[in-house]
Parts: sequence; C-alpha cells; structure tokens
Amino acid sequence: MMRLPLFEFRAPRTLEEAARILDGEGTSAMLLAGGTDLLPNMKRRQQVPRTLVSLRHVGGLKEAQLTPSGLRLGACLTLADIARDPRFRNGASALWQAASQVATPHIRTMATLGGNICLDTRCNYYDQSYEWRKAINFCLKKDGITCWVAPASSKCMAVSSTDTAPALIALGARVLLVSRAEEREVPLCDLYNSDGSDYIRRRPNEILTEVLLDSLRGWKSTYWKLRRRGSFDFPVLSVAAAVQLGNGGIAQDARIVVGSVASRPLVATEAAKSLVGRPLDEEAIREAAALAGRIAKPLDNTDFDMSWRKKVATEFVTYALRELRGEDVRTERQRLTRYPFV
Amino acid sequence: MPNPTESPAVEVVELQLETDRLRVIGVPRRRVDARAKVTGQTRYADDIFLPRMAYCKLLRSPHPHARIQKIDSSRALAHPGVYLVLTGKDLPIEYGIIPVSQDEQALCLDHVRHVGDPVAAVVAREELTALEALDLIDVEYEILTTVSDPEEALATPEPRIHDYGEEGNIHKRVNLEFGNVDEGFAEADEIFEDFFFYQGNTHLPIEQHASVAIKDPEGKLTIWSSTQTPHYLHRALAKVLEMSPAHIRVIATPNGGGFGGKSDPFNHEIVVAKAALMLDRPVKIGLTREEVFYCHRGRHPVLMRFKTGVKKDGTITGMHLQTLIDGGAYGSYGVASTFYTGALQTTSYHVPRYHFQACRAFTNKPPCGPKRGHGTVQPRFGQEIQLDKIAEKLKLDPAELRLRIAEAPNAVTANFLELGTVGLRECIRRVVKISSWNEKFRKLPEGRGVGLACSAYLTGAGLPIYWNAMPHSGVQLKLDRGGGITIFCGATEIGQGSDDVLAAIVAEVLGVTTFDIRIYTGDTDLGPVDLGSYSSRVTLMAGNAAMQAAERAKAMLTEAVGARLDVPKERLRFADQRVFDSAAPEKGVTFHEAVCLAEARFGTVGTVGSYTPPRSPAQFKGGGVGPSPTYSYSAAVVEVTVNPVTGWINVPKIWIAHDIGRALNPALARGQVEGSVYMGLGEALMEEQEFRRLPKRLSHALVHKFPSILEYKSPTSLDMPEIVVELVEEPDPHGPFGAKEVGQGPLLPIMPAVANAVYDAVGVRVDEVPITPEKIVKALAEKKAGRAPRFGPTYFPDVDWPEPLRVPPPWEGGDGRAVNEVRRSSSQRKEKVLRT
Ligand SMILES: Cc1cc2nc3c(=O)[nH]c(=O)nc-3n(C[C@H](O)[C@H](O)[C@H](O)COP(=O)(O)OP(=O)(O)OC[C@H]3O[C@@H](n4cnc5c(N)ncnc54)[C@H](O)[C@@H]3O)c2cc1C
Ligand code: SF4
Repeated sequence: MMRLPLFEFRAPRTLEEAARILDGEGTSAMLLAGGTDLLPNMKRRQQVPRTLVSLRHVGGLKEAQLTPSGLRLGACLTLADIARDPRFRNGASALWQAASQVATPHIRTMATLGGNICLDTRCNYYDQSYEWRKAINFCLKKDGITCWVAPASSKCMAVSSTDTAPALIALGARVLLVSRAEEREVPLCDLYNSDGSDYIRRRPNEILTEVLLDSLRGWKSTYWKLRRRGSFDFPVLSVAAAVQLGNGGIAQDARIVVGSVASRPLVATEAAKSLVGRPLDEEAIREAAALAGRIAKPLDNTDFDMSWRKKVATEFVTYALRELRGEDVRTERQRLTRYPFV
Repeated sequence: MPNPTESPAVEVVELQLETDRLRVIGVPRRRVDARAKVTGQTRYADDIFLPRMAYCKLLRSPHPHARIQKIDSSRALAHPGVYLVLTGKDLPIEYGIIPVSQDEQALCLDHVRHVGDPVAAVVAREELTALEALDLIDVEYEILTTVSDPEEALATPEPRIHDYGEEGNIHKRVNLEFGNVDEGFAEADEIFEDFFFYQGNTHLPIEQHASVAIKDPEGKLTIWSSTQTPHYLHRALAKVLEMSPAHIRVIATPNGGGFGGKSDPFNHEIVVAKAALMLDRPVKIGLTREEVFYCHRGRHPVLMRFKTGVKKDGTITGMHLQTLIDGGAYGSYGVASTFYTGALQTTSYHVPRYHFQACRAFTNKPPCGPKRGHGTVQPRFGQEIQLDKIAEKLKLDPAELRLRIAEAPNAVTANFLELGTVGLRECIRRVVKISSWNEKFRKLPEGRGVGLACSAYLTGAGLPIYWNAMPHSGVQLKLDRGGGITIFCGATEIGQGSDDVLAAIVAEVLGVTTFDIRIYTGDTDLGPVDLGSYSSRVTLMAGNAAMQAAERAKAMLTEAVGARLDVPKERLRFADQRVFDSAAPEKGVTFHEAVCLAEARFGTVGTVGSYTPPRSPAQFKGGGVGPSPTYSYSAAVVEVTVNPVTGWINVPKIWIAHDIGRALNPALARGQVEGSVYMGLGEALMEEQEFRRLPKRLSHALVHKFPSILEYKSPTSLDMPEIVVELVEEPDPHGPFGAKEVGQGPLLPIMPAVANAVYDAVGVRVDEVPITPEKIVKALAEKKAGRAPRFGPTYFPDVDWPEPLRVPPPWEGGDGRAVNEVRRSSSQRKEKVLRT
C-alpha cells in the first residue's frame, strides 16, 4: 500500500496557537484540514512537510453566518455542509453546485472549503507516485528541471483544479487570511498567481479562516463542470457565471469565470462586460461565449484533448447564460452529471 | 389439494412433479459467501496478519528498456529494520504461464523490459522501512532503444526485447486458411474492407494483488495469494524455487475481483515465497494500484483488418481477418491471445471460408494477456461494426441480417469448432422485442440512436495450459455422520460465484440446502486440481465434477436407504433434507440418517468426481485455442445520446439477452451480465491503458500515462445506465443442469453496440475504442467536409506472414488437419513438455 512519510503532528485548539506554530515552523509546516488533497500528495511524495498542523480542533472555523451585509463562511465547513445547506440555493447556487460536484460523497464529508480554495494545482506529470516521477526524471514543479507539458517554459503550467474557487470568484468572494502578526482581507480573484508551482499568494504562515460574500440579492449564479465521469472527477474545465438581472431581464452586472484551463481561475472580464446593459438574448450570449472561450487556453496536462476542452468552454458559457435567463437546461446537465441536485 | 378419495390418479402425477421439482437450481438465492462479504468477514490476502510478519517492497525499473550492469544493495541492507535484499541472482530460473513462453524472472537478472519491471526486493520489519530502503539500492543501467507499439516493433528488430520468438521483436505469427477465401470473394456480391483499432485496457479489480508466504511449522512453504490460478502458481513456484510441489501449499484467497488479471504466476508471489523460506518468517506484499498496472496482462491493443464478402441476402461467402497485436514486454498468455483474436469469428454466423493472420509483437510496456473475453473482444468489435455497415449497404435491418446468417446448433465451423446449443436467434429476437428496436432504429431524432451487436463465447477452454491427459477439474465430497457435506475443490472464488455454483449443484443432487454444505476451494493441499478461474470454465467443468461426485454419493445413500426401507432404488427421491419413497413420500429417512446408513454399510462416505472436456476435431497446429464443450451467445441493444456540437455521449439504457443454457442461480447470473455490461461500457467509452513518450531529445521515458484508479477512467456505479437483462435458457447437454457460461460473453456485444448506436445517432463511425467525444467531433468534422464520416485507422502495415496452414473446412471434406503441416511425433512433444 502507499505509505505516508513520517511527520510531526500538531493539533492546536485555538487559532492563535495554530498561527503561532505555523509562524515558528516556517515552510516546513503545512495546514491539514480534511486532508483529502494533502495526504494523497504526501503519499506520492509531492509534498513532504515535516509538520502537519491540524485545523480539526480549532474552534470557530465551521460556521456559516448570514449577516445583513452578506455571508461569512468558516474555512473548515465541509463541502457536504455546503451542499446540504438550503441557504446556498438561491443567489449563491454556483457555490452550492460546485461543492456538490467535488469528488465523491465520502470525500465531501471530509473536504473543507478552505482546503478546496488552497488545493494544489494538478498535472498529469505531477500527480503521480514518486517512482513514476522518477521514471520521467521529475519535473519543474517538484524535484526536476523540465516542464514536460511545455519543455521550453520556465514556468510550471499545472492546472488550478478547485471547483469552488471559480464559483466563489463569480460571486465576488473575499477571503480572510490570519497570521500571528496580522489579518488581511483579499479578493479571492487576487489570491492566485499564474504559476503552477507558486500558485497561491497565501503566505506560508497564514491561515485562511473565512470566506466573505456580499449580499447576493438580485443575483443569479450557476456552475458548469466538465469531467470524464458524471459521478466524480476533478474538473478539466469549468464555467461559473453570475448575473444581476434588472427590469426587463437587462443585465446590470455580470461575472464569468473559467476554471481548470490555467494555473488560476480566469476571470472573463470582457465577456462579462459585454453582457451589461443588454438582455440575455441569443446574440448577447453568443458574443459573451466567444469572448470567454477566447481566454481559455488549456494545455495537454489533464484528461481530454486540449483543443476539445476549449471548444466545450464556449458551449458551457452558453449553457450557463441560457440557464441564468431562465431556460430549462436540465437535460444538458443530466447528461454531464450523475447527481440528482439539478 | 385435490381430494385423494375422489381422484387418486391425478394426485400421484402431481406428487411426482412436486418431488422432481428442482429446489435449488434455477431459484434466485443469496450466494453462499454473501454474508461474509457484506459483513466484512471475508479474509482477502491483505487481511492476513501473522506474528513476526515482515513486509516486502519491490524496486522497479524506472527505464523502459535497459541492461542492468550493476546492483549494489549494501546501503539498503545496512538500513535499520531491513532483513533481506533479493536480486535477480537469487531467483534466476525463468517461468511463465505458457510452456512455450518461459520468459519471466521474478527479479530481472540483467535485462529490464518495461517501466515497473522488478529488479530487487527489500524485506523489512515495516513496510515504510522497506520503501525507504528501495531508494538505497544502487543500480547501474545501460539504456537501450525502446519499442512503443507493434509497428515500431516491426521496424525495430534490434535490440531484441527477448531472444526467442519468431524474429526481431515479433513474438508470434499465425497464418491459418480454412478454405480458399479468394473463391469466396469471387462469389460475393459485395466485398467490405474495414480497419479497426481496439485500445488496450486493464482489469481494474478493486482488490490489489497481495500475498503472504510462510515457512510452515514443518518447514514447508505455504502461500496465500489473490490468484485466480492456484494450480499454475503451484507449478511455477515448484519450478523457480526448485522444490517438490508436494512441499508447497498454495491457498487462493477470495479474490476481490480478477477478470483475468490474477491468472499468471506473478513475480511478487515468487519473491515473498523465497523470502519467507530464507528468513523463516511470514513475509507479506501488498501491491499499490500503480504496481497492479505494471503487472497488467490485460487487454491487448489490436489493429485489425476485416475483409468480408457477402451475397445480396447477407450470406457470408468468405472472411479474411488480420490482427496486429501489442503484446507488451512478456509472453504471458500471448500465444493463446494471438490465436483467440481469430478463433471465434466463425461461431456466431456461418462463415464458409475463413483466412486468419495474426502477429503479436513485443513492446516495452507491461505485458498483455487475458482480460474478460480474452482476445476475442477486439475482433468481435470489428466484426459487429462491419456487419452494421453490411446491413446498411444491403438495406437490411441489422437484426434481420444476423437472424439470417446465425450459425446452426451443433454445427462444426470452418475452423472445426463443435458448437452445442446456439441460442443466438432467440437472444436477438428477445432483445429486439424488449428494446422496441423496430420503433427506434433509424427512427430516433438526430442525436439519439440505438445500436445492436451480438457475440459468442467459450464455456471453458477445451485444452489445458500445459499439455497433459488428466482431468481439468476434480471434486472430492465428504459426507459425515452429522449429515454435513463438505466439498473440496481446487476452483477459485474470484467473486464470480463459483463456490455458490458448486454448493448449489451438490445441494440439488443430494436434496439439501446450500447452508448444509461446507466448501473448501482454491487450496492445493485440500482439494483436487481445478485448472483455475479463467476462460469461463468453472461452472461447466468443476460443476460437472461436483455433479459426478454428488451422483456417486447419492448412489451410495440410495442403496443403503433402499435396503433399509425396502423400497426399489428408482423410487427413492432426495429432497428437503430427506430421502423418501416417491410413491409414499411420508416413508423415508432424514438425510442425516441416510448418511449414517451409508456409512454403516460402506464405511466412511466420500466420493470423487472429475471432468475432462471432449476431444476437439480441430487437430491442426493452433487448433487447441477455440474449442470448448459449448458456447454462450448474447445480443445487446444500446441506446445513446450524442451532442452534435461537443460529441458528448450518454448511454441512458441497455438491453441484453444472454443464452446461458440454464441459470443455476439467476440472481448471480444477472449480476454477471450486469457486471459485463458495466465493464463493456467502460471499454467502449473511456478505458485506456495508454503510454506516453517524452520528447526524445530530452528523455527516453516511456511511461504509463496515469497508473491510478482516479485517472484511469472507468465508470462508477453512479455512471451506470439502466440495464434490462433477459436470460435465454435452453439447457445444453454439456453443462451441469444444462448451464453454459455467463461471466464473459455478455461483455462482448457492448462495445460494438455503442459504436453502432453512435452511428445511428449522428451518422459517424468511430472504428476504435474508446469512443470519446473528441473522436466523434473529429468524425463529424470529416462528415461536414464531405469526407468519409469516420474516425479510425486507415491501413494495416505489411507483415511478413509465414506460409499458411491449409485446413479444408468440414464441407470441403476436411478432417481437422492441415494438408501441409509437418507433424511432430508425440514423443517429441512429450520431450518438449518435460523440458518446459
Ligand atoms: C479522488 C479525489 C477526487 C477529488 N475530486 C475533486 C474535485 O472534483 N474537485 C475539487 O475541487 N477537488 C477535488 N479533490 C480534492 C480535494 O478533495 C478537495 O479539493 C478538498 O476540498 C480539499 O479540502 P481538504 O480540507 O481535504 O484539504 P487538505 O487536503 O486538508 O488541504 C489542501 C491544501 O490546502 C491547505 N489548507 C487547508 N486548509 C487551509 C486553510 N484553512 N488555510 C490555509 N491553507 C489551508 C493545506 O495545507 C493543503 O495545502 C479530490 C480529491 C480526491 C482524493
Ligand atoms: S506543468 Fe510542467 S512543471 Fe508543472 S507539473 Fe506539469 S510537467 Fe511539471
């Protein structure tokens, strides 16, 4: 069986204690939430922290609070908690759909929102055992010097594969990062780098404690995920879209995010802008889909053919916008996913 | 109940029917091992923990092709907690499942042939310690040129991956001609030539291979292992360890799925056996999923060319099939697989002249071998798609075409296979009916379609893996004074339900329930040999052996009870745990008493039974692959939806009819059919044992693309469509209670039926598996551009074929021999067997 390497295990009871340990250990420590990403990575020796700092016993990270100004979501809420919670089924339904489609029911009961946001980037040359990676002499992201996806590249192109981040960015989420010395609020779309190795701007001593959402009154949102199996699989393309519709179905504001085609979720600013001030008619949708599709530049390091994934990106934006204007797209959805949440 | 005083005659008749009614066979029952499985009490190999047990890990080659120049294990040996390091020098004797392909070493001595080939083994106190020590073994390699597919193998005779085989990197070539196909093509109204590619895929059993070996208290070897073929493992261990088989005990633990992936003797099994003997400690190994991908021996990738001539009415006049087979790095079952890519083409539709050419090449990838449907799946895919094309051209309904050309029961085919019952027509009729085929085919809206395909499969290989004249299966039965019955048999429960089949047969014959029976299977010390759980042989062969043993026990009990009750033997019946007079059912003894009477009369009551398949008329070289006591048949209809823009495929429903002869336990039989459909759907839509090379100027790597159960895509239970199963029961005289196989056959029609359905939905052919949305989009683009609306191979490379063996078919006066074969004398043959 695949074995974890030896590590030191710390189980702080308070946020302060966790932050203090993290500060002291530097980059050799990592936070452990549900462990559904980190532990498999450790078994494959992709990540070999000397110390694991568990968040399981840290109080106060599992609440979902509805405040007059919006929502505060604790980082240790599990994806199953979110998938179950009816409060996410209106304006925030993109988040609910994204969370419901992560991995399997078993994993969702362990997996946390914070862990999903901080999920390591993925690549077919990287998500492999130590022995396999040894057979290709490793790669730029870990232990090696070449990127096998783009040998000329000096940058890793591993793929952002989180389902909830694109959805949350489409909902305008911010995250709260807490370290021993300070606390900062960052728009989620600014949390990520365009670099598969150095993919997150969270400092090693920071804990993501909360996700903050402004009131979503008047907004509608949705999430479309491409994967081989409708039952479970990491996304290899995703589209999150949110629109605020005014009188006569005129879009007052819109956000479109394309996930899993780059090292970070891509915000389709042009596409979203093209919708504002217009009704979501065929032409508006076609235009926005083409604009959003243009920014998707998938590489050959996930499942499926990259040019095909790009083609589907345009289709998915179309599905999403048609759904947001009230069309019944349940048939398309049912053919892509085996969950009864539609 | 009728009043006995009023109509006594009627009552006797009814009573007889009642006593002769089958009580176990044909009744859907919970399988005998179900309770243990669902309560987690089944002990798989990896569940075995013994005192002082050490753990083994294998160091595997990171290179696809290399010579080992030096191995230095001193650093590993010095690592605290390490007990032993083994290398090729410790186990140099070659072995392999087939006598003519003894080409494996438990640890490679000087030549590694694929990434994952084992080079050294570490045995340590902890598994983690063994793992750490692997990195401390220093191996120097000389890198060799790699071969990644058969075409490359044909073009790269040097360096050779093996120094045996036909020549260069060609392992095996076959050229068999049953009648003159050119004459057949001359008679044809239409000739079809099509190319197909079937991608390799793997078994993916949920249980990863594991083994535990001990030197038992007497100093002999015992090994528990997740193997489908304890007998063949037994032989390989005796050979490599140079021990008497009498001093080796192999216990096949219940397999958490096998599907053919546990039917070779494996290097890790031999290594832990050796280590346990050397250390005098239990030694365990549990493979990781990645290592299972390196063991593989799964579905061969096969390129095919089918040329078929037909008359206007659909009658086939001749068929020429060529297959190019990617064997991977070792022989494994490959010689048999090679023959299987052409053996069964004649079993479902009448083919009067048949020419078959096959070539298996060695490549630097994990070896291929038998996976459910062994070697016949790939050509079945091509044949059934080509029939769909033929039907369209001839303007015939594909079901109607098949009904016209279906082979007759008890026929002898062009290649001398003797068929038994043939339920193919009935399968087609049933599946057409339950799927409402006639309302759907070519009638559904764009983007929705249905496809139909059929298949045939063996019920057990007619010949053993190694030449011998002994039975293929044996059963011992012990009846004890408590009324208990114990079955001892070498058959291996791999999840398919073979224990249940044995219990059901014995219970039916002796009039008890399966709960009254204990079963000891898969243990070479306890039970007589059964060759193993492969080729769908166990129900028929071990089943017949069990039946014979049970009938013999029944005869003893009958005699003893008859004497005691003073009832003629013919009148005695065994049912409901009693032995009684059928004319006066209240007159009888309990089964328990019957056993005591028999023991008093004859001494200890024990019987044996065995089974040897009938001799096949196929006497030409290579004719040993294909014969079977009888064949099963299936027909399936698959419905698909295909998105015309993205090519996304969905399968909402599948209907399948399977000719099983008789379903001994219908609940289990349906499970096998559904399991086959599941596996077939995976092969049709997503499964791929795919390899990748890195840019050659930077690396010589040739690695499995994603040896993980997450990224090797296979459907989950949630991805399954609705399945409607029909069992066609037409008892076959060769099978116990008329039973034929069900474990493999129903897989075969699924892949071509999906392909045919995609064509019905969007008018494009994908002539290869897996059928993915990308390929459909490409084929749709071809269609739009006015080119051939298809995706698939377009040629078959040149192969230097040997002179064909000419075997005239029966209707041309053939006797099953080749007219141009130089035959070896039987003494030469025996000598060969002894040498291997
Ligand atoms: C079979 C399988 C399928 C999967 N499929 C999907 C999928 O479809 N979609 C998907 O998005 N994911 C998928 N995942 C990945 C994973 O399960 C989820 O992303 C999950 O949400 C991760 O959360 P976790 O709590 O388990 O994270 P962990 O594994 O505990 O942590 C993940 C990373 O985040 C860091 N981290 C965790 N919490 C915090 C915090 N509060 N502050 C700062 N850093 C933190 C950890 O140090 C680590 O680097 C899959 C995993 C598996 C094993
Ligand atoms: S993108 Fe390149 S560097 Fe990054 S993980 Fe993949 S192969 Fe390695």
